[in-house]
Amino acid sequence: MKTHVSATVNGDAVEFLCTPSETLLHVLRNEIGLTGTKEGCGSGDCGACSVMLDGALVCSCLVLGVEAEGSQIETVEGIAHQDKLHVIQEKFLEHAALQCGICTPGLIVSTKALLEENPQPTEEEARYYLAGNLCRCTGYDKIIKAVMDAAEVMRQGA
Amino acid sequence: MAALTYHAPDSIDAAIALLADASSPPKVMSGGTDLIIQMQRPKAPDTFVVDVKKIPGMREAEWSDDGLTLGPAMSCAEFTKRGDIKSVFPGLVEAAYLIGSTQVQGRASLGGNLCNASPAADTIPALMANHAICVIQGPGGTRHVPVEAFVTGVGKNCLEKGELLAALILPKPTPGTSDAYLRFIPRTEMDIAVAGAAVSLTLDHKGVCQRARVAIGAVAPTAILVPEAEEILVGQPISDAVLERLAKAASDAASPITDRRGTVEFRRQVVGVLTKRAALIAAERAGDQS
Repeated sequence: MKTHVSATVNGDAVEFLCTPSETLLHVLRNEIGLTGTKEGCGSGDCGACSVMLDGALVCSCLVLGVEAEGSQIETVEGIAHQDKLHVIQEKFLEHAALQCGICTPGLIVSTKALLEENPQPTEEEARYYLAGNLCRCTGYDKIIKAVMDAAEVMRQGA
Repeated sequence: MAALTYHAPDSIDAAIALLADASSPPKVMSGGTDLIIQMQRPKAPDTFVVDVKKIPGMREAEWSDDGLTLGPAMSCAEFTKRGDIKSVFPGLVEAAYLIGSTQVQGRASLGGNLCNASPAADTIPALMANHAICVIQGPGGTRHVPVEAFVTGVGKNCLEKGELLAALILPKPTPGTSDAYLRFIPRTEMDIAVAGAAVSLTLDHKGVCQRARVAIGAVAPTAILVPEAEEILVGQPISDAVLERLAKAASDAASPITDRRGTVEFRRQVVGVLTKRAALIAAERAGDQS
């Protein structure tokens, strides 16, 4: 039996039907059509499906769609301002902080959460915070450079 | 995934009624970081899920004269950000901070970690060292169970049909008390304890130990108290000789298994070293408080 769920995704009210066993990741991609959020492991280990759920960074593969009733969800699609990329996105491009790109949406969402919580992280703090975002291409060096550079630009802009 | 029935009651009474009347085996869900994985396993049974996060108080933490009443479904992310809790129970906060990734901490809870009852759970030894009490509510009323009696085996707890963990009570420590938790993992983060040790100590103004409680994890089917710890530490300053005796007592109390994370011999030795080091950290913190 499907349940009717109302939630807010990237500021827009959305409604969807899902069975209790469908994950929020599945709902975002297949019911709402927001395919920016990626499925990597599907078991909460890789962080490719990272989204913000009521202000908390979570793996959307470890959330049931029915749990989203009344919640505020932010995905990678909500990070750019219309045509203007967010500083974090610009810095990922500038530093070539992506290879195959599957981990990138999750890393962008997690980096934004990191820098909102801690605008001036040390490299070590950034690496620990982002430890749940795995890059199978192992491009961590460039990712961390992009994160630290974005942090600096965001501090200057603040 | 197995077929699920999902309910998110808004009161304890409604949750108890659902759990007591469930047709298929009920599972209480808080963060779901263990449960959702378990339900996705091949051949997982159909499950009746009772999500407790919408019940008032389940995600709150409040101080009273008796101590801290912790909603068992509060996420580790919320818990570890609470400076008022960290200043009193730094070791318990450290344990919560070691669970999984930032993302997992955004959902995982202390109550879930406890009920899931993994031998390697990080917060269980830290709860035990701090004398945590489980408040259990069910069709028969309310009962209080010390945390060391709550977990009864690997993945097993003492909850009866219809019961749920309604709160955790952490008694307010006496002045001069602090705690620490350390674990060993082969990498630096995102792993499961090979061995863990939690220590809570009370020191007087001369640095002499007044109270001590030591619990170790991942070295037995459940986290266990080190029974001799109090006898070894109380009445003594925290000297090297005392710490060596404590390390030996922890190693002797362990009954670990060999698996791909570590051998019996390794776990036994490491749990002693961790206990000694955690005791030093707890003593230093307690000294700052007294």
